[in-house]
Amino acid sequence: MGHAGKILKYELHNMVRSKWLVGIAAMLFVVTEVLFRFGGDPGKTVTSLMNVVLVIVPLMSVVLGTIFFYNSREFNEILLAQPVNRTSIYLGKLIGFSGALCLAFVVGVGLPFVIHSFGLRAYAGKIATLLAVGCCFVLIFSALAFYAATRFEDRIKGLGATLVAWFVLAVVWDGLILLFVHLARDYPYEPGLLGMVFLNPIDLGRILILLQLDISALMGYTGAVFRSVFGSQNGIILSAAAMVIYAAVPVVLGLRTFRRKDF
Amino acid sequence: MIRIQHLYKSFGDLAVLNDVSLDIHPGSITAVLGPNASGKSTLIKCILGLVNPDRGRILVDDESIARRWHYRAKVGYMPQIARFPENLSVDELFSMIRDLREDAEDVDIELFARYELGAMGKKHLGTLSGGTRQKIIAALAFLFNPRILILDEPTVGLDPVATTILKDKLRKERAAGRTVLLSSHLVNEVEELADHIVYVLDGKPIFDGSMEEIKRATAETRLDRALVRIMETAKEGDHGARR
Repeated sequence: MGHAGKILKYELHNMVRSKWLVGIAAMLFVVTEVLFRFGGDPGKTVTSLMNVVLVIVPLMSVVLGTIFFYNSREFNEILLAQPVNRTSIYLGKLIGFSGALCLAFVVGVGLPFVIHSFGLRAYAGKIATLLAVGCCFVLIFSALAFYAATRFEDRIKGLGATLVAWFVLAVVWDGLILLFVHLARDYPYEPGLLGMVFLNPIDLGRILILLQLDISALMGYTGAVFRSVFGSQNGIILSAAAMVIYAAVPVVLGLRTFRRKDF
Repeated sequence: MIRIQHLYKSFGDLAVLNDVSLDIHPGSITAVLGPNASGKSTLIKCILGLVNPDRGRILVDDESIARRWHYRAKVGYMPQIARFPENLSVDELFSMIRDLREDAEDVDIELFARYELGAMGKKHLGTLSGGTRQKIIAALAFLFNPRILILDEPTVGLDPVATTILKDKLRKERAAGRTVLLSSHLVNEVEELADHIVYVLDGKPIFDGSMEEIKRATAETRLDRALVRIMETAKEGDHGARR
Protein backbone atom coordinates (compact mmCIF):
# COMPACT_ATOMS: atom_id res chain seq x y z
CA MET A 1 0.00 0.00 0.00
CA GLY A 2 1.36 3.43 -0.92
CA HIS A 3 1.58 6.32 1.48
CA ALA A 4 -1.64 7.86 0.13
CA GLY A 5 -3.49 4.60 0.78
CA LYS A 6 -2.26 4.46 4.37
CA ILE A 7 -3.25 8.03 5.08
CA LEU A 8 -6.62 7.37 3.45
CA LYS A 9 -7.17 4.34 5.68
CA TYR A 10 -6.59 6.22 8.93
CA GLU A 11 -8.50 9.28 7.74
CA LEU A 12 -11.45 7.01 6.99
CA HIS A 13 -11.17 5.40 10.45
CA ASN A 14 -11.13 8.79 12.08
CA MET A 15 -14.06 10.14 10.03
CA VAL A 16 -16.32 7.13 10.43
CA ARG A 17 -16.23 7.61 14.20
CA SER A 18 -16.91 11.31 13.95
CA LYS A 19 -20.11 12.46 15.65
CA TRP A 20 -20.73 14.83 12.74
CA LEU A 21 -20.70 12.03 10.24
CA VAL A 22 -22.97 9.80 12.31
CA GLY A 23 -25.28 12.79 12.78
CA ILE A 24 -25.45 13.41 9.05
CA ALA A 25 -26.21 9.78 8.27
CA ALA A 26 -28.94 9.81 10.95
CA MET A 27 -30.43 13.06 9.66
CA LEU A 28 -30.53 11.81 6.06
CA PHE A 29 -32.08 8.57 7.28
CA VAL A 30 -34.82 10.40 9.15
CA VAL A 31 -35.57 12.73 6.22
CA THR A 32 -35.76 9.85 3.75
CA GLU A 33 -37.87 7.76 6.12
CA VAL A 34 -40.31 10.61 6.71
CA LEU A 35 -40.60 11.28 2.98
CA PHE A 36 -41.30 7.59 2.50
CA ARG A 37 -44.06 7.49 5.06
CA PHE A 38 -45.78 10.66 3.92
CA GLY A 39 -44.84 10.70 0.28
CA GLY A 40 -46.49 7.48 -0.71
CA ASP A 41 -44.80 5.88 -3.67
CA PRO A 42 -41.02 5.68 -3.97
CA GLY A 43 -41.12 7.77 -7.16
CA LYS A 44 -42.32 10.78 -5.20
CA THR A 45 -39.83 10.08 -2.47
CA VAL A 46 -37.02 10.17 -5.03
CA THR A 47 -38.31 13.50 -6.37
CA SER A 48 -38.40 15.05 -2.91
CA LEU A 49 -35.05 13.56 -2.05
CA MET A 50 -33.63 15.13 -5.17
CA ASN A 51 -33.95 18.53 -3.58
CA VAL A 52 -32.15 17.28 -0.47
CA VAL A 53 -29.35 15.91 -2.61
CA LEU A 54 -29.10 19.04 -4.74
CA VAL A 55 -28.96 21.52 -1.90
CA ILE A 56 -27.96 19.80 1.33
CA VAL A 57 -25.26 17.43 0.07
CA PRO A 58 -23.11 20.18 -1.51
CA LEU A 59 -23.68 22.39 1.54
CA MET A 60 -22.68 19.77 4.09
CA SER A 61 -19.67 18.83 1.97
CA VAL A 62 -18.29 22.37 1.77
CA VAL A 63 -18.95 23.18 5.42
CA LEU A 64 -17.61 19.93 6.88
CA GLY A 65 -14.74 19.80 4.38
CA THR A 66 -13.47 23.25 5.31
CA ILE A 67 -13.88 22.68 9.05
CA PHE A 68 -12.13 19.30 8.94
CA PHE A 69 -9.26 20.56 6.85
CA TYR A 70 -8.63 23.56 9.07
CA ASN A 71 -8.85 21.35 12.15
CA SER A 72 -6.23 18.99 10.79
CA ARG A 73 -3.73 21.78 10.14
CA GLU A 74 -1.47 20.96 13.10
CA PHE A 75 -1.55 17.26 12.39
CA ASN A 76 -0.72 17.96 8.74
CA GLU A 77 2.51 19.53 9.98
CA ILE A 78 3.42 16.27 11.67
CA LEU A 79 2.56 14.33 8.52
CA LEU A 80 4.51 16.74 6.33
CA ALA A 81 7.59 16.22 8.49
CA GLN A 82 7.48 12.47 7.74
CA PRO A 83 9.25 11.02 4.72
CA VAL A 84 6.10 11.21 2.62
CA ASN A 85 5.45 13.45 -0.37
CA ARG A 86 2.82 16.13 -0.27
CA THR A 87 0.70 14.67 -3.05
CA SER A 88 0.15 11.46 -1.06
CA ILE A 89 -0.89 13.41 2.02
CA TYR A 90 -3.36 15.61 0.15
CA LEU A 91 -4.95 12.89 -1.94
CA GLY A 92 -5.05 10.46 0.98
CA LYS A 93 -6.89 12.98 3.12
CA LEU A 94 -9.27 14.10 0.37
CA ILE A 95 -10.27 10.61 -0.70
CA GLY A 96 -10.56 9.46 2.92
CA PHE A 97 -12.78 12.41 3.82
CA SER A 98 -15.04 12.28 0.79
CA GLY A 99 -15.21 8.49 0.98
CA ALA A 100 -16.48 8.67 4.55
CA LEU A 101 -19.01 11.34 3.62
CA CYS A 102 -20.23 9.28 0.64
CA LEU A 103 -20.67 6.35 2.99
CA ALA A 104 -22.77 8.43 5.38
CA PHE A 105 -24.87 9.68 2.46
CA VAL A 106 -25.40 6.26 0.87
CA VAL A 107 -26.27 4.64 4.21
CA GLY A 108 -28.54 7.49 5.33
CA VAL A 109 -30.48 7.73 2.08
CA GLY A 110 -30.17 4.12 0.94
CA LEU A 111 -31.20 2.35 4.12
CA PRO A 112 -34.90 3.38 4.04
CA PHE A 113 -35.11 2.13 0.46
CA VAL A 114 -33.76 -1.22 1.58
CA ILE A 115 -36.10 -1.37 4.57
CA HIS A 116 -39.15 -0.56 2.44
CA SER A 117 -38.04 -2.86 -0.30
CA PHE A 118 -41.43 -2.51 -2.01
CA GLY A 119 -41.20 -1.24 -5.55
CA LEU A 120 -37.47 -1.16 -5.22
CA ARG A 121 -36.89 -3.09 -8.38
CA ALA A 122 -38.86 -0.65 -10.50
CA TYR A 123 -37.02 2.29 -9.02
CA ALA A 124 -33.54 0.83 -8.78
CA GLY A 125 -32.25 2.87 -11.73
CA LYS A 126 -33.61 6.10 -10.29
CA ILE A 127 -32.26 5.45 -6.81
CA ALA A 128 -28.90 4.50 -8.26
CA THR A 129 -28.81 7.76 -10.26
CA LEU A 130 -29.71 9.71 -7.14
CA LEU A 131 -26.98 8.05 -5.09
CA ALA A 132 -24.40 8.38 -7.87
CA VAL A 133 -25.13 12.08 -8.38
CA GLY A 134 -24.97 12.62 -4.60
CA CYS A 135 -21.58 10.93 -4.38
CA CYS A 136 -20.28 13.03 -7.28
CA PHE A 137 -21.42 16.13 -5.38
CA VAL A 138 -19.65 14.98 -2.23
CA LEU A 139 -16.38 14.59 -4.13
CA ILE A 140 -16.71 17.86 -6.09
CA PHE A 141 -17.63 19.97 -3.08
CA SER A 142 -15.18 18.32 -0.68
CA ALA A 143 -12.42 19.02 -3.19
CA LEU A 144 -13.62 22.61 -3.41
CA ALA A 145 -13.61 22.89 0.39
CA PHE A 146 -10.09 21.45 0.66
CA TYR A 147 -8.90 23.83 -2.03
CA ALA A 148 -10.32 26.85 -0.23
CA ALA A 149 -8.93 25.68 3.11
CA THR A 150 -5.48 25.29 1.55
CA ARG A 151 -5.68 28.57 -0.31
CA PHE A 152 -6.86 30.78 2.57
CA GLU A 153 -4.90 30.92 5.80
CA ASP A 154 -7.88 32.50 7.57
CA ARG A 155 -10.69 30.09 8.46
CA ILE A 156 -13.44 32.67 8.06
CA LYS A 157 -12.26 33.57 4.57
CA GLY A 158 -11.99 29.92 3.57
CA LEU A 159 -15.42 29.04 4.87
CA GLY A 160 -16.86 32.22 3.36
CA ALA A 161 -15.39 31.44 -0.06
CA THR A 162 -16.85 27.94 -0.13
CA LEU A 163 -20.25 29.18 1.05
CA VAL A 164 -20.28 31.82 -1.69
CA ALA A 165 -19.38 29.16 -4.27
CA TRP A 166 -22.17 26.94 -2.96
CA PHE A 167 -24.67 29.81 -2.96
CA VAL A 168 -23.84 30.80 -6.54
CA LEU A 169 -24.07 27.24 -7.85
CA ALA A 170 -27.12 26.15 -5.83
CA VAL A 171 -29.18 29.32 -5.85
CA VAL A 172 -27.94 32.23 -7.98
CA TRP A 173 -27.30 30.13 -11.05
CA ASP A 174 -31.00 29.32 -11.46
CA GLY A 175 -31.75 33.03 -11.39
CA LEU A 176 -29.15 33.62 -14.08
CA ILE A 177 -30.67 30.89 -16.20
CA LEU A 178 -34.14 32.43 -15.86
CA LEU A 179 -32.72 35.82 -16.73
CA PHE A 180 -31.00 34.36 -19.77
CA VAL A 181 -34.17 32.64 -20.94
CA HIS A 182 -36.12 35.85 -20.42
CA LEU A 183 -33.66 37.98 -22.36
CA ALA A 184 -33.22 35.47 -25.14
CA ARG A 185 -36.88 34.43 -25.34
CA ASP A 186 -37.29 35.65 -28.94
CA TYR A 187 -34.38 33.55 -30.10
CA PRO A 188 -33.72 29.82 -30.04
CA TYR A 189 -32.20 29.78 -26.57
CA GLU A 190 -31.93 26.03 -25.99
CA PRO A 191 -28.25 25.62 -26.98
CA GLY A 192 -27.27 28.47 -24.65
CA LEU A 193 -29.43 27.03 -21.90
CA LEU A 194 -27.84 23.64 -22.37
CA GLY A 195 -24.41 25.28 -22.14
CA MET A 196 -25.33 27.01 -18.88
CA VAL A 197 -26.60 23.75 -17.41
CA PHE A 198 -23.34 22.06 -18.31
CA LEU A 199 -21.40 24.83 -16.59
CA ASN A 200 -22.94 24.04 -13.20
CA PRO A 201 -22.59 20.58 -11.65
CA ILE A 202 -25.70 21.06 -9.50
CA ASP A 203 -27.88 21.82 -12.54
CA LEU A 204 -26.32 18.97 -14.43
CA GLY A 205 -27.16 16.63 -11.55
CA ARG A 206 -30.71 17.95 -11.38
CA ILE A 207 -31.33 17.31 -15.09
CA LEU A 208 -29.84 13.83 -14.84
CA ILE A 209 -32.20 12.91 -12.00
CA LEU A 210 -35.25 14.60 -13.54
CA LEU A 211 -34.80 12.75 -16.80
CA GLN A 212 -34.81 9.49 -14.86
CA LEU A 213 -38.10 10.44 -13.26
CA ASP A 214 -40.12 10.69 -16.49
CA ILE A 215 -41.32 14.13 -15.58
CA SER A 216 -39.22 15.85 -18.19
CA ALA A 217 -42.35 15.98 -20.31
CA LEU A 218 -43.48 18.73 -17.95
CA MET A 219 -40.60 20.85 -19.14
CA GLY A 220 -42.07 21.19 -22.62
CA TYR A 221 -39.84 21.86 -25.57
CA THR A 222 -36.76 22.43 -23.40
CA GLY A 223 -37.42 19.09 -21.73
CA ALA A 224 -37.50 17.48 -25.13
CA VAL A 225 -34.17 19.10 -26.02
CA PHE A 226 -32.65 17.84 -22.79
CA ARG A 227 -34.13 14.42 -23.32
CA SER A 228 -32.62 14.23 -26.79
CA VAL A 229 -29.23 15.35 -25.47
CA PHE A 230 -29.03 13.65 -22.07
CA GLY A 231 -31.21 10.64 -22.81
CA SER A 232 -28.95 9.29 -25.49
CA GLN A 233 -25.92 7.25 -24.66
CA ASN A 234 -23.65 10.05 -25.82
CA GLY A 235 -25.48 12.43 -23.53
CA ILE A 236 -24.88 10.21 -20.53
CA ILE A 237 -21.20 9.87 -21.40
CA LEU A 238 -20.99 13.62 -21.92
CA SER A 239 -22.57 14.45 -18.57
CA ALA A 240 -20.45 11.86 -16.77
CA ALA A 241 -17.36 13.40 -18.37
CA ALA A 242 -18.50 16.85 -17.27
CA MET A 243 -18.91 15.55 -13.69
CA VAL A 244 -15.40 14.11 -13.77
CA ILE A 245 -14.03 17.46 -14.96
CA TYR A 246 -15.90 19.27 -12.17
CA ALA A 247 -14.30 16.97 -9.64
CA ALA A 248 -10.87 17.10 -11.28
CA VAL A 249 -10.60 20.90 -11.44
CA PRO A 250 -10.77 21.60 -7.68
CA VAL A 251 -8.66 18.49 -6.94
CA VAL A 252 -5.88 19.66 -9.27
CA LEU A 253 -6.07 23.27 -8.07
CA GLY A 254 -5.99 22.20 -4.43
CA LEU A 255 -3.12 19.81 -4.99
CA ARG A 256 -1.08 22.47 -6.78
CA THR A 257 -1.67 24.94 -3.96
CA PHE A 258 -0.91 22.36 -1.28
CA ARG A 259 2.36 21.34 -2.94
CA ARG A 260 3.62 24.92 -3.02
CA LYS A 261 2.25 26.05 0.32
CA ASP A 262 4.30 27.23 3.28
CA PHE A 263 3.07 25.67 6.52
CA MET B 1 25.35 17.69 9.12
CA ILE B 2 22.97 20.46 8.11
CA ARG B 3 24.29 23.32 6.02
CA ILE B 4 22.21 26.40 5.38
CA GLN B 5 23.47 28.69 2.64
CA HIS B 6 22.20 32.22 1.99
CA LEU B 7 18.60 31.51 2.83
CA TYR B 8 15.96 34.14 2.10
CA LYS B 9 12.25 34.01 2.77
CA SER B 10 9.59 36.69 2.77
CA PHE B 11 5.90 36.45 3.47
CA GLY B 12 4.42 39.25 1.39
CA ASP B 13 6.44 42.35 2.16
CA LEU B 14 7.82 40.95 5.37
CA ALA B 15 11.36 39.59 5.07
CA VAL B 16 11.39 36.77 7.63
CA LEU B 17 14.74 35.25 6.75
CA ASN B 18 17.37 37.57 5.41
CA ASP B 19 20.52 35.88 4.15
CA VAL B 20 20.88 33.13 6.74
CA SER B 21 23.97 30.94 6.52
CA LEU B 22 24.61 28.38 9.24
CA ASP B 23 26.22 25.03 9.85
CA ILE B 24 24.47 22.81 12.37
CA HIS B 25 27.14 20.64 13.93
CA PRO B 26 26.65 16.90 14.17
CA GLY B 27 26.84 15.29 17.58
CA SER B 28 25.87 18.42 19.44
CA ILE B 29 22.88 20.42 20.57
CA THR B 30 22.35 23.73 18.83
CA ALA B 31 19.83 26.16 20.28
CA VAL B 32 18.20 28.82 18.15
CA LEU B 33 17.21 31.79 20.24
CA GLY B 34 15.62 35.09 19.38
CA PRO B 35 12.68 37.33 20.16
CA ASN B 36 9.18 36.57 18.91
CA ALA B 37 8.81 36.88 15.14
CA SER B 38 12.56 36.83 14.62
CA GLY B 39 12.34 33.97 12.13
CA LYS B 40 13.22 30.99 14.36
CA SER B 41 10.21 28.90 13.45
CA THR B 42 10.50 29.73 9.76
CA LEU B 43 14.14 28.63 9.79
CA ILE B 44 13.21 25.32 11.42
CA LYS B 45 10.33 24.81 9.02
CA CYS B 46 12.63 25.43 6.05
CA ILE B 47 14.86 22.57 7.21
CA LEU B 48 11.82 20.32 7.52
CA GLY B 49 10.59 21.26 4.06
CA LEU B 50 7.40 22.80 5.49
CA VAL B 51 8.36 26.23 4.18
CA ASN B 52 9.90 26.73 0.75
CA PRO B 53 12.68 29.33 0.83
CA ASP B 54 12.71 32.06 -1.84
CA ARG B 55 16.45 31.80 -2.37
CA GLY B 56 19.40 29.90 -0.98
CA ARG B 57 19.69 26.23 -0.20
CA ILE B 58 19.80 23.72 2.60
CA LEU B 59 22.03 20.68 2.47
CA VAL B 60 21.47 17.64 4.65
CA ASP B 61 24.44 15.29 4.38
CA ASP B 62 25.68 17.28 1.36
CA GLU B 63 22.43 16.90 -0.56
CA SER B 64 20.04 19.72 -1.33
CA ILE B 65 16.62 19.12 0.21
CA ALA B 66 14.69 21.27 -2.26
CA ARG B 67 11.62 19.35 -3.47
CA ARG B 68 12.90 16.19 -1.77
CA TRP B 69 11.18 14.17 0.91
CA HIS B 70 13.24 11.02 1.42
CA TYR B 71 15.74 12.84 3.63
CA ARG B 72 13.03 13.26 6.25
CA ALA B 73 13.52 9.59 7.15
CA LYS B 74 16.60 10.90 9.00
CA VAL B 75 14.66 13.61 10.82
CA GLY B 76 12.53 13.54 13.94
CA TYR B 77 10.38 16.62 14.54
CA MET B 78 8.61 17.83 17.62
CA PRO B 79 6.36 20.80 16.79
CA GLN B 80 5.29 23.43 19.25
CA ILE B 81 1.60 22.62 19.20
CA ALA B 82 0.17 19.19 18.63
CA ARG B 83 -3.31 18.29 17.56
CA PHE B 84 -4.26 14.88 16.32
CA PRO B 85 -7.25 13.34 14.55
CA GLU B 86 -9.75 13.35 17.41
CA ASN B 87 -11.34 9.98 16.89
CA LEU B 88 -8.20 7.89 16.57
CA SER B 89 -6.75 6.18 19.61
CA VAL B 90 -3.18 6.62 20.84
CA ASP B 91 -2.30 3.14 19.57
CA GLU B 92 -3.78 3.91 16.16
CA LEU B 93 -1.76 7.11 15.87
CA PHE B 94 1.46 5.24 16.57
CA SER B 95 0.61 2.49 14.12
CA MET B 96 -0.27 5.10 11.50
CA ILE B 97 3.11 6.82 11.77
CA ARG B 98 4.89 3.46 11.91
CA ASP B 99 2.98 2.39 8.80
CA LEU B 100 4.17 5.51 7.01
CA ARG B 101 7.77 4.78 7.99
CA GLU B 102 7.79 1.04 7.62
CA ASP B 103 11.32 1.16 6.21
CA ALA B 104 12.65 2.34 9.57
CA GLU B 105 14.75 -0.52 10.90
CA ASP B 106 14.28 -0.45 14.64
CA VAL B 107 12.28 1.78 16.90
CA ASP B 108 13.26 3.56 20.08
CA ILE B 109 10.41 3.31 22.57
CA GLU B 110 12.28 4.77 25.55
CA LEU B 111 10.17 7.94 25.76
CA PHE B 112 7.00 6.01 24.94
CA ALA B 113 7.75 3.76 27.90
CA ARG B 114 8.94 6.43 30.32
CA TYR B 115 5.93 8.62 29.60
CA GLU B 116 3.72 5.56 30.18
CA LEU B 117 1.86 6.09 26.94
CA GLY B 118 1.14 2.38 26.58
CA ALA B 119 -1.35 2.63 29.44
CA MET B 120 -3.55 5.04 27.47
CA GLY B 121 -3.39 3.15 24.19
CA LYS B 122 -7.14 2.83 23.82
CA LYS B 123 -7.91 6.45 24.63
CA HIS B 124 -9.09 8.72 21.86
CA LEU B 125 -6.71 11.51 20.98
CA GLY B 126 -9.47 14.11 21.23
CA THR B 127 -9.85 13.48 24.96
CA LEU B 128 -6.19 13.97 25.91
CA SER B 129 -4.77 16.94 27.80
CA GLY B 130 -2.25 19.31 26.22
CA GLY B 131 0.60 17.87 28.27
CA THR B 132 -0.16 14.31 27.21
CA ARG B 133 -0.32 15.36 23.56
CA GLN B 134 3.08 16.98 24.01
CA LYS B 135 4.45 13.71 25.42
CA ILE B 136 3.07 11.88 22.42
CA ILE B 137 4.80 14.13 19.90
CA ALA B 138 8.02 13.85 21.88
CA ALA B 139 7.77 10.05 21.78
CA LEU B 140 6.99 10.19 18.05
CA ALA B 141 9.96 12.46 17.31
CA PHE B 142 12.40 9.98 18.88
CA LEU B 143 10.65 6.83 17.71
CA PHE B 144 12.63 6.10 14.56
CA ASN B 145 16.14 6.72 15.85
CA PRO B 146 16.48 9.85 13.74
CA ARG B 147 20.00 11.15 13.20
CA ILE B 148 18.66 14.69 13.23
CA LEU B 149 16.25 15.92 15.88
CA ILE B 150 14.40 19.19 15.45
CA LEU B 151 12.44 20.45 18.43
CA ASP B 152 10.39 23.64 18.49
CA GLU B 153 10.00 24.80 22.10
CA PRO B 154 9.87 21.21 23.28
CA THR B 155 9.30 21.70 26.99
CA VAL B 156 6.45 24.21 26.81
CA GLY B 157 3.43 22.41 28.25
CA LEU B 158 5.40 19.55 29.80
CA ASP B 159 5.41 19.05 33.55
CA PRO B 160 8.77 19.18 35.40
CA VAL B 161 9.17 15.41 35.53
CA ALA B 162 8.43 15.02 31.83
CA THR B 163 10.79 17.90 31.06
CA THR B 164 13.61 16.21 32.95
CA ILE B 165 12.99 12.95 31.12
CA LEU B 166 13.15 14.80 27.80
CA LYS B 167 16.36 16.59 28.72
CA ASP B 168 17.99 13.32 29.79
CA LYS B 169 16.95 11.82 26.50
CA LEU B 170 18.44 14.72 24.55
CA ARG B 171 21.78 14.36 26.33
CA LYS B 172 21.74 10.66 25.60
CA GLU B 173 21.09 11.27 21.92
CA ARG B 174 23.90 13.79 21.78
CA ALA B 175 26.23 11.23 23.31
CA ALA B 176 25.11 8.83 20.59
CA GLY B 177 26.28 11.34 17.98
CA ARG B 178 22.90 12.72 16.90
CA THR B 179 22.41 16.28 15.72
CA VAL B 180 19.91 18.25 17.76
CA LEU B 181 18.42 21.58 16.77
CA LEU B 182 16.18 23.21 19.31
CA SER B 183 14.36 26.49 19.59
CA SER B 184 13.49 27.82 22.99
CA HIS B 185 12.62 30.91 24.96
CA LEU B 186 13.79 29.38 28.20
CA VAL B 187 17.34 30.61 28.67
CA ASN B 188 18.03 28.37 31.68
CA GLU B 189 17.10 25.33 29.71
CA VAL B 190 19.31 26.36 26.81
CA GLU B 191 22.23 27.10 29.12
CA GLU B 192 21.83 23.66 30.62
CA LEU B 193 21.62 21.76 27.35
CA ALA B 194 23.10 23.56 24.39
CA ASP B 195 26.63 23.40 23.00
CA HIS B 196 26.05 25.97 20.30
CA ILE B 197 23.99 29.11 20.29
CA VAL B 198 22.47 30.82 17.28
CA TYR B 199 20.86 34.14 18.08
CA VAL B 200 18.46 35.35 15.41
CA LEU B 201 17.25 38.92 15.15
CA ASP B 202 15.03 40.21 12.33
CA GLY B 203 15.69 37.17 10.20
CA LYS B 204 19.44 37.23 10.50
CA PRO B 205 21.73 35.30 12.85
CA ILE B 206 23.65 37.95 14.77
CA PHE B 207 25.54 35.40 16.80
CA ASP B 208 26.62 31.89 15.88
CA GLY B 209 29.11 30.12 18.12
CA SER B 210 29.66 27.86 21.08
CA MET B 211 28.43 28.52 24.58
CA GLU B 212 31.95 29.50 25.72
CA GLU B 213 32.35 31.83 22.77
CA ILE B 214 29.20 33.77 23.51
CA LYS B 215 30.21 34.23 27.13
CA ARG B 216 33.75 35.16 26.24
CA ALA B 217 32.70 37.57 23.50
CA THR B 218 30.37 39.43 25.85
CA ALA B 219 32.46 39.06 29.02
CA GLU B 220 29.41 37.72 30.84
CA THR B 221 29.16 34.57 32.91
CA ARG B 222 25.45 34.02 32.43
CA LEU B 223 23.75 33.30 29.15
CA ASP B 224 20.79 35.63 29.71
CA ARG B 225 23.15 38.57 30.33
CA ALA B 226 25.23 37.60 27.34
CA LEU B 227 22.15 37.57 25.11
CA VAL B 228 21.09 41.02 26.29
CA ARG B 229 24.57 42.29 25.57
CA ILE B 230 24.55 40.79 22.07
CA MET B 231 21.21 42.38 21.30
CA GLU B 232 22.35 45.78 22.55
CA THR B 233 25.50 45.61 20.46
CA ALA B 234 23.45 44.69 17.43
CA LYS B 235 21.10 47.63 17.97
CA GLU B 236 23.98 50.07 18.45
CA GLY B 237 25.50 48.81 15.24
CA ASP B 238 22.20 49.38 13.54
CA HIS B 239 21.99 52.97 14.81
CA GLY B 240 25.59 53.57 13.78
CA ALA B 241 24.82 52.35 10.31
CA ARG B 242 21.79 54.63 10.05
CA ARG B 243 23.78 57.63 11.19
